[in-house]
Amino acid sequence: MEIPYIVEPRPDSGLANGKLGIWLFLASEVMLFGALFSTYILLRVGALEWPHGELNVWLGAINTVILICSSVTMVVAWAQLKMNKFAKGRLYLIVTAVLAIVFLVNKYFEYAAHFSRGEGPWHSTFLAIYFTLTGLHGLHIIGGIVVMAYLAGPGAKLWRRNPDQYANRVEYTGLYWHFVDLVWIFLFPVLYLL
Amino acid sequence: MDTTAPGTAHGHELAHGHDHAHEELGFWRKYVFSVDHKVIGIQYAITGLLFLLFGFTLMMVMRFQLAYPGHPIPFIGSWFGPANAPGGVLLPEFYNQLGAMHGTIMVFLGVVPLAVGGFGNFVMPLQIGAPDMAFPKLNMMSYWVYFLGGVTMLASFFQTGGAAQSGWTSYPPLADIAPGQTMWLIGMVFLITSSLLGSVNFITTIVQLRAKGLSYMRLPFFVWAQFVTSFLLLLAFPPLEAAGVLQLMDRVAGTSFFLPSGLVISGKPLTVAGGGNPLLWQHLFWFLAHPEVYVLILPAMGIVAEIIANNTRKPLWGYKALVYAAVFLGFMSFIVWAHHMFMTGMGTTISAFFQTTTMIISIPSVIILTAMLLSLWGASIRFTTPMLFALAFLPMFGIGGLTGLPLGLAPSDIHLHDTYYVIGHFHYVVAPGTIFALFAGVYYWFPKATGRMMNETLGKIHFWGSFIAINFVFMPMFIQGLGGMNRRMYDGGMQYAHNAGLLKWNVVIGIAAWVLGLAQLPFIVNFFGSIKWGALADKNPWDATTLEWSAPSPPGHGNFLTEPVVYRGPYEYSVPGAATDFTPQFEPERA
Amino acid sequence: MHSDPAEIKKSIRTYGIVGGLLLVFTAITVAVNQVHLAVPLAITVALVIATMKGSMVAAIFMHLNHEKKWIYGALILTVVFFAVLMLLPGLTVADGIGRSTQKAAPAEHAAGH
Repeated sequence: MEIPYIVEPRPDSGLANGKLGIWLFLASEVMLFGALFSTYILLRVGALEWPHGELNVWLGAINTVILICSSVTMVVAWAQLKMNKFAKGRLYLIVTAVLAIVFLVNKYFEYAAHFSRGEGPWHSTFLAIYFTLTGLHGLHIIGGIVVMAYLAGPGAKLWRRNPDQYANRVEYTGLYWHFVDLVWIFLFPVLYLL
Repeated sequence: MDTTAPGTAHGHELAHGHDHAHEELGFWRKYVFSVDHKVIGIQYAITGLLFLLFGFTLMMVMRFQLAYPGHPIPFIGSWFGPANAPGGVLLPEFYNQLGAMHGTIMVFLGVVPLAVGGFGNFVMPLQIGAPDMAFPKLNMMSYWVYFLGGVTMLASFFQTGGAAQSGWTSYPPLADIAPGQTMWLIGMVFLITSSLLGSVNFITTIVQLRAKGLSYMRLPFFVWAQFVTSFLLLLAFPPLEAAGVLQLMDRVAGTSFFLPSGLVISGKPLTVAGGGNPLLWQHLFWFLAHPEVYVLILPAMGIVAEIIANNTRKPLWGYKALVYAAVFLGFMSFIVWAHHMFMTGMGTTISAFFQTTTMIISIPSVIILTAMLLSLWGASIRFTTPMLFALAFLPMFGIGGLTGLPLGLAPSDIHLHDTYYVIGHFHYVVAPGTIFALFAGVYYWFPKATGRMMNETLGKIHFWGSFIAINFVFMPMFIQGLGGMNRRMYDGGMQYAHNAGLLKWNVVIGIAAWVLGLAQLPFIVNFFGSIKWGALADKNPWDATTLEWSAPSPPGHGNFLTEPVVYRGPYEYSVPGAATDFTPQFEPERA
Repeated sequence: MHSDPAEIKKSIRTYGIVGGLLLVFTAITVAVNQVHLAVPLAITVALVIATMKGSMVAAIFMHLNHEKKWIYGALILTVVFFAVLMLLPGLTVADGIGRSTQKAAPAEHAAGH
């Protein structure tokens, strides 16, 4: 018994199962981060004053650049696989994961700087929402790295058995990754600049 | 939308009445860590039923205390220990634990897992002619994460300070500082994750795996109900997950998301940064919890619709109206939530907005109820046990729905908010409403799942006992609420003079709750006994028209012996000129 | 889904260009921030730029510019509810809506809610 439309799309919807599945998941993620943005709005509107200049804008900007580059390498990885170039595709996948790790390292330095001054999430409402938003975002980055490592490593066996299904999995991971990038595109100005 | 063959190239791979030449799965892979939607559905159903029973016993303990405040709980009072119930008399903190966990368990561990995880998982793929869910491994994961969440919730009773005790609504500032809440939050994160994964699976399955000929407007209403429900779960749960994380941060990381500045507790100011907003929690909580009540009712409406069509031997009245109403209901459910917050000091304009949307949302509910009622007109009704429960659903849901109206309008809500009127209202919709529909579903689909019929006599005793008792449990609550009796009071309201005339109802409710509990015994005996000794059932014991009745009872791996093809709508009963009073969806056109 | 190598090579070029544009917009965002605009204007500019960047990621990297109806439908629904979640909680504490701009007299204010 085979589940149909794992690889080839269903004619009337035009979709493969995984494509619809990942987009639905991303829709729920929009609502998850949306709730935190809504929290930010409500807390800031209700606050008498809101801190500025507490975050390292340059580090945030560098991280933005890193994530944008990783988005490019991610989608190029998938494009290479569509051209049947497994080695190149895998390489770009690994580069994406490495960029993600660099992002996390930068975040570690940022967090460490705050904690060394005793400024954890308990310190103010601003830091509370900053740590929560970037923390949840960071967890999503870690999740992405884990999946990419799997696909570049043990999961790569699927390429030999069913290259189209493997390419699809990389595509879906890419969609997830672009979403993570998208959240950061909004997080950066909202937290660091405004 | 028109459909074409769902991969006819795979036709030859469909099950042929025996499992394929892949290895026989061992016990653990077949019954415990199965990826088969039928096994997972049964796992959800049984776990859900057990949690319903546990939540019920929590309520029985509470209701005894409310009927006889200050009296020790008989027989089992000493089991709770001196920390919770010295001398067998519940301490207020322990009463609150029972209350908060009763609500949490019934809603999140009982009803939704049974209605969506159980019935949705088992029936939906069969009704759409699919071999399984779109993502079988994800399905299995959903169940086990739910199980983990359930274990976490149960374990919370045993930690120091006890289980969550700030209501299932967990309002801060109390929930930020009260004991037991941390494990509740962790349990909720598991449950929400399970739900989210499940809803992705359901939506993808319904869109992608419908059989050939099964267009959207030929889907059984049960499938539509599950479809809308899944969208509600998908989009409404994440804000509560976020809120849960925020409350965890408040409790564990010292943040003040929900703690306002200058909060003083027991004479001591809280040493937190402040600047938080307790209303923020309420918004995020109710943003989920309102759509959640439609998650509770929609699958029930789906089940009732199927059973009414089958036992009236005529098509459902107003199929299109039902579908559009369900979709509209789902959409509206996202913009009414602040009707739970009329008393929080919001301005009159935004209050008017939420009152308006709340009144509007009653329209699709009424359309659905009316369509089901009109379906009875001119029908040849078969009073089988599932039909008795389905019929009872109609007036019970009617009462529940109508009593919601004064709550949805702010001027009357001022008097009724947080009183027993509210408890009466929502229990009518969920208990003699949804749970009756779920019972109906159990009796109806039991033969498909097990190949045996449940006993009709025991079923009727279960029905009449439950139906009579449950009304005596919940109807007096309206009287109490209108009289001003507040909810969540461990002594049944004794400490307030204005409640004096209402206290006698606590005794009535307590006795009725016991009768209701006893009335479940025939069901438990019937359920387990029929698995072994029930009358054998063939593929279609109810002479029904939908796809699941074309599969063997119980269906094997892959569900259908031949590729299912659909030729007509789901409720072609008593078609003029037909040889029998039902023309199944899957029966080819006669030449 | 394109499987023609020439087309895919063109797409890769597009990805690179879009990536470059995103970096440019990031630089603009940081530069604008150095000019201390009034808060409402600063918020508007920042969100407009972020929305443009987000739209490019969604449309080009996530191939949303040629996706299927079900995806569009699910996303539009999500966007609507996202907007509801952003706006409505704030409105419940913005008591000024519907009130006149004149300050309410103390007695009237007490009876206000």
